[in-house]
Amino acid sequence: MTDRKRRLALVASKGTLDQAYPPLILATTAASLGWEAGIYFTFFGLDIVHKERMGKLKMSPIANPAGPLQVPTLIGAIPGATAAATAVMSKWMDDAKMPSVAEFVDMAQGLGVRFFACATTMGVMHVDETDLIEGCEIAGATAFLDFAADADVQLFV
Amino acid sequence: METAATTLDTSGLLCPLPVYKASLVLNKLDPGQVLELICTDPGSLADIPALVRQRGDRLVKAEEREHQQVFWIEKAAL
Repeated sequence: MTDRKRRLALVASKGTLDQAYPPLILATTAASLGWEAGIYFTFFGLDIVHKERMGKLKMSPIANPAGPLQVPTLIGAIPGATAAATAVMSKWMDDAKMPSVAEFVDMAQGLGVRFFACATTMGVMHVDETDLIEGCEIAGATAFLDFAADADVQLFV
Repeated sequence: METAATTLDTSGLLCPLPVYKASLVLNKLDPGQVLELICTDPGSLADIPALVRQRGDRLVKAEEREHQQVFWIEKAAL
């Protein structure tokens, strides 16, 4: 143990259901260990902290051969395939007693994990501060790097 | 060995829930008090000693039972 708290800096760049979990799990774990933790939500990763979209994240069967729906890529493109894969994935998580994305967001914030919302993404995708959940800090790359520069672990998801 | 001040059963829960829940309980214990933690997640065998190391608490004892691991964690002095 060092005197200074350890720090985890994560970039969450993807907005699919399966890719929303790893940054939330890692940040929640880090905070449980007594570390400081922060997640920079950028591009489609911003959906994870978007009030309307966070509960509607989808699991894509395309380009995801290990996904719950074992179908050829072409079949994955037909209507309903994404919804089916999402339903299966959600059931897997429920059956394993894993919290939902929204629950993980609550757990992380409850432990003091800092949420940075990418300002450029907000501009590009016309996302307003009021579209995001409470407690997000609007930040550009510079502010996040300022936080990440003192991190012991930095990961891009 | 000191008696556990409290027991937390995380049977059926996967990472990160045993660590998350254990840390919430440890945060509320007084220094020197012991948490008895029951896990079934096979990752716990590596995770719980790592949790203890990172938090600076002390692993008093670990016991492997059939499909179950039990850890006794003493909360560190502040």
